[in-house]
Amino acid sequence: MSAPLLSVDGLRVGFNTEGGLVQAVDGVSFDLRPGEVLAIVGESGSGKSVTAQTIIGLTRSPNARIEGSVKLDGEELVEASDTALRRLRGERVAMVFQDPMTSFNPVYRIGAQIAEAIQAHRGDVGKAEARARAIALLDSVGIPDAERRARDYPHEFSGGMRQRAMIAMALALEPEVLIADEPTTALDVTIQAQILALLEQLNRERQLATILITHDLGVVAEVADRVLVMYAGRVVEQGTLDEIFYDPQHPYTWGLLGSLTRLDRPRPQRLPQISGAPPSLLELPEGCAFRPRCPHEFSKCPQQPPLEARLTEAPGHCDRCWLDPERKREKRQVAGQIGLEAPAP
Amino acid sequence: MSGGENLLEVTDLVKHFPIKRGILIDREVDQVRAVDGVSFSIPRGQTLGLVGESGSGKSTACRAVLQLIAPTSGSVRFEGEEIAGLSRRRMRPLRQQMQMIFQDPYASLNPRKRIGQIVGDPLRLQGVASGADRRRRVQELLERVGLSAEHYNRFPHEFSGGQRQRIGIARALVLQPKLVVADEPVSALDVSIQAQIVNLLDDLQDEFGLTYLFVAHDIGVVRHISDRIAVMNKGAIVEQGSADEVCERPRDEYTKKLLAAVPVPDPRESRERRQASLGGA
Amino acid sequence: MGRFIARRLVGMLVVLFAVSVLVFLIFNVVPNSPPAQRLAGKNATPVLVKSIEEEWGFDDSLPQQYLSMMEKVFTGELTSYEPRIPVDETIVEGIPATLSLSIGAGVIWLFFGLLLGYVSAIRAGGWLDKLLTGVSIAGISIPVFLLAPVLIYFLTYKIELFPNGGYVPITEDPWGWFTHLILPWFTVAVLSIGFYSRVLRSNMLDAMNEDYVRTARAKGLSERKVMTRHVLRNSLIPIVTLFGLDFGATVAGTAIITEKLYSLQGVGLYAAEAAEKFELPPIMGVTLYGAFFVVFVNALVDIAYAYLDPRVRLGTSAQ
Repeated sequence: MSAPLLSVDGLRVGFNTEGGLVQAVDGVSFDLRPGEVLAIVGESGSGKSVTAQTIIGLTRSPNARIEGSVKLDGEELVEASDTALRRLRGERVAMVFQDPMTSFNPVYRIGAQIAEAIQAHRGDVGKAEARARAIALLDSVGIPDAERRARDYPHEFSGGMRQRAMIAMALALEPEVLIADEPTTALDVTIQAQILALLEQLNRERQLATILITHDLGVVAEVADRVLVMYAGRVVEQGTLDEIFYDPQHPYTWGLLGSLTRLDRPRPQRLPQISGAPPSLLELPEGCAFRPRCPHEFSKCPQQPPLEARLTEAPGHCDRCWLDPERKREKRQVAGQIGLEAPAP
Repeated sequence: MSGGENLLEVTDLVKHFPIKRGILIDREVDQVRAVDGVSFSIPRGQTLGLVGESGSGKSTACRAVLQLIAPTSGSVRFEGEEIAGLSRRRMRPLRQQMQMIFQDPYASLNPRKRIGQIVGDPLRLQGVASGADRRRRVQELLERVGLSAEHYNRFPHEFSGGQRQRIGIARALVLQPKLVVADEPVSALDVSIQAQIVNLLDDLQDEFGLTYLFVAHDIGVVRHISDRIAVMNKGAIVEQGSADEVCERPRDEYTKKLLAAVPVPDPRESRERRQASLGGA
Repeated sequence: MGRFIARRLVGMLVVLFAVSVLVFLIFNVVPNSPPAQRLAGKNATPVLVKSIEEEWGFDDSLPQQYLSMMEKVFTGELTSYEPRIPVDETIVEGIPATLSLSIGAGVIWLFFGLLLGYVSAIRAGGWLDKLLTGVSIAGISIPVFLLAPVLIYFLTYKIELFPNGGYVPITEDPWGWFTHLILPWFTVAVLSIGFYSRVLRSNMLDAMNEDYVRTARAKGLSERKVMTRHVLRNSLIPIVTLFGLDFGATVAGTAIITEKLYSLQGVGLYAAEAAEKFELPPIMGVTLYGAFFVVFVNALVDIAYAYLDPRVRLGTSAQ
């Protein structure tokens, strides 16, 4: 087992807002090995994006309190200087964002923006060479007629092309880690399939370690090796892809899996749902944050469950639920599938 | 007068947007053919799902059906009566019977008005109810959509996305319409909330006997709520049929492509699929 | 592009025509003493008045008067009633002063406005920002007719630091030209410095929250490059539009008050005098000159905007 490339330990990120201190990320730990694809799944308020952005220090601000450790190849990033972080952004850890339309500057040509990324790190590369490399990159992500398209502006690209260009820009300096924050959410489903295939290809060919942030479990099933499920700033379950999908241990995960629509199965009477809504981070319930929405709540839940591996046969599979693992297997069966049963009226 | 069992009949609906150019006077040089001859009908109490990707014309088709934009040509029969091209004045009384739910719960509610006002305005504008009666009806409806009567005096920003969408639904239903056009009502919501809203719409349909035109790009959701599905691509309907037929036995190439692109949330199947396609051609 | 220019030319003709008609009508509707009467003087005989009317064409019908006036505009024969000076020559004589005032003030207000705005934005929320905000608001609030006399009193009379008004052509005496314009420049610029710094600050704060700024940081660009190449560059676009319009208006004569207070022989001063004497020819001349400039600068601004923001394209309507 190779040493982890990226090691996050007890990461906590809090923001001072008008309403009080918002703990957007509350103790997240995970390892990322070379060539591995880790999916971070969650909904609004889960803290998944903040976690990702904090890795490269994008959340640093006077209002932010960042604690814990993020190590890239042994080098500590949380306390690192701004200059050190700037050097590794794009160079060793690159990030792709959700909306490629707004993520590109509308007044510069695409080729120029990619060239800018290259020249920011390679002082010895001249303009012409940077442009040439940009064109080659656009070509490598499947953009036809790359030389001409490099001279286009972002608004002249279609959504899928823009996202490809964004990925090309992220790869310009051959980083070791790619963080993709909801890269396909804003795209049509057919385009999404293409982008996912591209990400998969890149992961395979270059052994590019990838952190994929998404709310779509279908996407997770296609590309991920390991999965982190986040809720209200905490990790509630983490494990391998198969473990999460076939032996999920946390009721929130059951709920997410249950509310998926499966085209290959007959339609249920009602769509399985999770009642209630994600909590406001300013008013978290005591103990387990999922309590108000969980039909299996019991007496131990007001105590914050620790993130632990509770199955001896799967030491890497951790969850944050007090329920007895034996009981879980029956509780999660709803109408013959994994799901979250409706709360008692 | 009531058009038989079809509440809505759309025939050869066309909407073209002109592209104009000129020096002194703009002349039309070309057109954007947003909706290019679309036909479908919806029986009373049923749901037609309209699926398509961005640019397919589905949102434009909705607006043209409701006469929110004037169709370029074609026929729209509501309860047997032709409404395409009707003047604003003549459409007005009909508007009570056809309402719309919008996609963006953050943009479709006026942030400066209170919830009670937002939901009650249609009653006021159509002169249907006033004063205490109006207030009562609004509060009842708020409860029915899963909010509480005391939310009457709150502002939109105090609510989450899912709750705002419920408010939008209440607003659409307050006039007791027969037809409800839902344009991507759940796309902007968190996944766990989407199911709630879809179930709510299902329940309301049963309770009030509503007829839905449900537009979305998520085939899974559309399949769940629809009786029939129409697939749109580039302004035209490429396939139409019962929900099960279209999803399980698609005939059109585009439909097949669309269905194949939906990721399967099952790792084993996903792996099998990929190996099959790698092993194949 | 050619189509765009053609449209603008046609538009300009329409605007100038409408302006000329409007000025003519207003002038003839507003109650005032008949020009022939005023020209004839105090002890005028009816015969004298009649002959003046005939000479100037005041006895013609209104449409006829309008047509003959427009004819004179095009042939350059438009003259003021008293003294009889050609209007176009006077305007042309006034242009150097107005241009000197406008360009100098424009450069100053642009430079300082942007500097203050930039510093305010990058130090937003801090004491420097608050201080500069106060300065800006003071600048915006002080009316010209208060500022100018105060400056003149303290800096040209009490302490004779600057000359007391008047315009010196640069060709005659560059230093004199400069010293005579410092106070007027400052007077005109103070309002706009405040205004532009607020606008830039606001644009920059908005731009800093944009996704592409986040991308720029994620690429590893230095903070300085992020600020200049991305935040500032995008924030300047609306300012270009604003500056074009403001500058155009200043040249067209809105510096009227400043020119009057500092006795600068510019177009604005001429306009003020014409308004006081209430003579139609100069008023018409100055208004048409002003309208022309505004339309012209507007077109330039649109071209510049399309150059700066590639999403905007000239020539097509809608879309």
